[in-house]
Amino acid sequence: MSYRRVWRKCVNGVMLGLTGLCALVTVSVLFFILGYLVWHGGRALNWDFITRLPKPVGESGGGMANAIVGSAKLLLVAALVGLPVGFMGGVYLAEFGDRTFSFLVRYTADLLNGVPSIVMGIFVYTVVVLPMRRFSALAGGLALAVMLIPIVLRSTEEFLRAVPQSLREGALALGANKWRAIATVVVPAAARGIATGMLLSLARVAGETAPLLFTSFGNPFWSSGFNEPTASLPVMIFTYALSAYDDWHRQAWAAGLVLLALVLVANIGARLILARKQSPVRG
Amino acid sequence: MASPAVLVEGGGPGRATPPDAPGRVRSWVRRLQSGDEIAHLITLVFASSIFLVTVLLVFELFHTSTLPRHKFGWQFFVTSTWDPVFENFGALPFIYGTVVTSALALLFAVPLGVGAAIFLAELAPPSISDALTFVIELLAAVPSVIFGLLGIFILVPALRNGVEPFLKSTLGFLPLFQGPMYGVGFLAAGLVLAIMIVPFILSVSREVLLAVPVEQREAALALGATRWEATWKVVVPYARAGILGSVFLALARALGETVAVTMVIGNNPKISASLFAPGYSIAAVIANEFTEATGDLHVQALIELGLVLFIVTFIINGLARLLILATTARGSEHA
Amino acid sequence: MNGFANPVVMTSIPMTDKPAESEPKATAVSAPKIAVAGLNFHYGAHQVLHDINLKVEEKKITALIGPSGCGKSTFLRTLNRMYETVRHARVEGQVRLDREDVLSMDVSALRRRVGMVFQRSNPFPKTIFENVAYGLRVNGGGRGANLAEKVEASLRRAALWDEVKDQLHKSAYALSGGQQQRLCIARALAVEPEVLLLDEPCSALDPIATAKIEELLFGLRQSCTIVIVTHNMQQAARVADDTGFFLLGRLIEFDETKLIFKKPAKKETEDYITGRFG
Repeated sequence: MSYRRVWRKCVNGVMLGLTGLCALVTVSVLFFILGYLVWHGGRALNWDFITRLPKPVGESGGGMANAIVGSAKLLLVAALVGLPVGFMGGVYLAEFGDRTFSFLVRYTADLLNGVPSIVMGIFVYTVVVLPMRRFSALAGGLALAVMLIPIVLRSTEEFLRAVPQSLREGALALGANKWRAIATVVVPAAARGIATGMLLSLARVAGETAPLLFTSFGNPFWSSGFNEPTASLPVMIFTYALSAYDDWHRQAWAAGLVLLALVLVANIGARLILARKQSPVRG
Repeated sequence: MASPAVLVEGGGPGRATPPDAPGRVRSWVRRLQSGDEIAHLITLVFASSIFLVTVLLVFELFHTSTLPRHKFGWQFFVTSTWDPVFENFGALPFIYGTVVTSALALLFAVPLGVGAAIFLAELAPPSISDALTFVIELLAAVPSVIFGLLGIFILVPALRNGVEPFLKSTLGFLPLFQGPMYGVGFLAAGLVLAIMIVPFILSVSREVLLAVPVEQREAALALGATRWEATWKVVVPYARAGILGSVFLALARALGETVAVTMVIGNNPKISASLFAPGYSIAAVIANEFTEATGDLHVQALIELGLVLFIVTFIINGLARLLILATTARGSEHA
Repeated sequence: MNGFANPVVMTSIPMTDKPAESEPKATAVSAPKIAVAGLNFHYGAHQVLHDINLKVEEKKITALIGPSGCGKSTFLRTLNRMYETVRHARVEGQVRLDREDVLSMDVSALRRRVGMVFQRSNPFPKTIFENVAYGLRVNGGGRGANLAEKVEASLRRAALWDEVKDQLHKSAYALSGGQQQRLCIARALAVEPEVLLLDEPCSALDPIATAKIEELLFGLRQSCTIVIVTHNMQQAARVADDTGFFLLGRLIEFDETKLIFKKPAKKETEDYITGRFG
């Protein structure tokens, strides 16, 4: 074997090994994150954390009950506004679309998707917070809704398009008109995918902090209704982590663990559901 | 009864439209009653709302940043003072910080991401590849504030106590590695960003590599190339547009990343050559100062920064999509 | 091309048992169920069907044969206006169902009266019961016990009841390919159409499943006019009363099946039947 051949084989082995190392490093980061969160967060996670309000600065104890409820409120608003809009838009693109207008809608949806979340926060600030003269769960929820819409739209469209044309034809041939065929055959056929798409998008916006910084802002106490500044898990983590108090640091870890657990459960669940998709057996 | 030579246009159920006007109206009413037109209209309204929201967003950004644009004009982008007291605003430190941290992030993330993508697309058996990709895509779902949390409490101390002194002692002759070591700073932000964008580079690159026709790889191997040579010299170049696209996507994400960066960058609006120095990024300054901004000019200057960020990420995302589209189109041509 | 090599083979094909016609086709006494006159069909700039004239007799099985791409499926789809799901599809000419203009009637009403079974079975991702009940629910044809009776009746007509009566609430996708196609037939029959269109219904099925479907078509003939497009000439010969031969978008010949196969009038028909091309 010539020297050159040996060298090439060496390079081959080394480079391939390096790529494996890259993959290993990347994968291990996730486990690393999880590990630290479980270690630090697990210790601070107790019943108080989930049920109590934050204590004043310097006092130990207290929890993030208001942040948990606040995040739920924000997600509720986001879901009520963002899911229907994204869904209907997806139905339009998949079932009714017109060439140029569909292109425009898709293009702007992708554009919206790429907008940095802090800019989204500025936008909702100028159109909701300023006129209302206050920070509110409504504003925060709307900021999250605008981030939801492009994701839900594209995923709904994708799953609707995956439904075979033969099913639509089957329904039409039985005398159903178009909207009926869509509502009773096409959408149910794509329901699993659409639902998981929605779940994933909610999990994604649940962890967003930047758009909430000047829309729902934050609140050390309970907020009533949707018109007041509202605490949320991501913002609490942000504030507490940057503070100087050890107790708050501990709580930030705990909150981080809770948030990550929810996000990961939603993601893993969604992907598992999608993987088990049923398909017709052709005999 | 209709005449024998009735011309009928297809294109939608129920559209048997006789050419006469009253007939047209009658059939439109019938279609309306059948619900199809209503459904079309409703979904159309929802779809247009997306379009409208985007237009509104762009409008608002321009509309609420007029003050600094009129006062400073293009000077805004080259001045480095940021003085809310004397109302003198220059964006240069933030642009610098954003560029440096993003560049640093790419420097780490691209080799890591592309390398891992090569491993997963070319070397790993499909089941392992799928499993690992699943895990890595979960990483993309981790909220940025969590990265920030780990950044502050794990990475920053590690940098301050271990990595940065090491770099200073070995490479301290470079201006990059000089100055006081706080832990927070450009290096910390760059590293955190790198970890956050690796999944994007990886998943897109992997898909693009998998889409390269098998014949390309086989041709190289048949000529006696080693696996690495076939991959690096044939497959990767074939997919390079797509890989580049993934890099642009990741870059756009890095530029706009707010929270994780804010938590570890040190929040100091100064330009500095050293990577150890605390700095600031566009997204970070907006996050920190927006709610406490003093005066309209201050707020609007921040909004103008947001507008800049929006435009830059828009352009980069657009380029990214074009590149990825080009690769997938090319792949299907040869299929 | 599953054709015949020589005319001797043709005579040994079992023909449907019909009383001898005393009158020639052209002056049939009863009004045709479907009358097509001067039908032209275009996809955009491309003309697919040229000047088709044809009469489908009531309560008979009419087969349409011809090589691939000759327009027979397209023709079938004009009968229930399924082409309307495609942009740029244009129809000229006249199609009448019992003297009513098909092209201008309400399309949902048309499709209730003219049902269709497709080449590949396309059951909905619902239960067997819900599949058959779908047409009834959409057209307001039944509730509760009434619905269940109609579903059973359709499944019996499609010769599927015995096989599925205990699993009505299982998914339709659990059935075999042949069963799924019979389910689609039951689904189409549930709304009691006057005409049933079948577009190569057996092309994806094995011979046993095919035989079952052909048998049930014989039974259906008494209550329903049937038009079947088929690639398989033996099937046409076995099953149909009348046969039409399509070539390149034109109807070359249309006559009683036994005349088409024994004594075709046109050379193109003879060439196709004897396997000289295809």
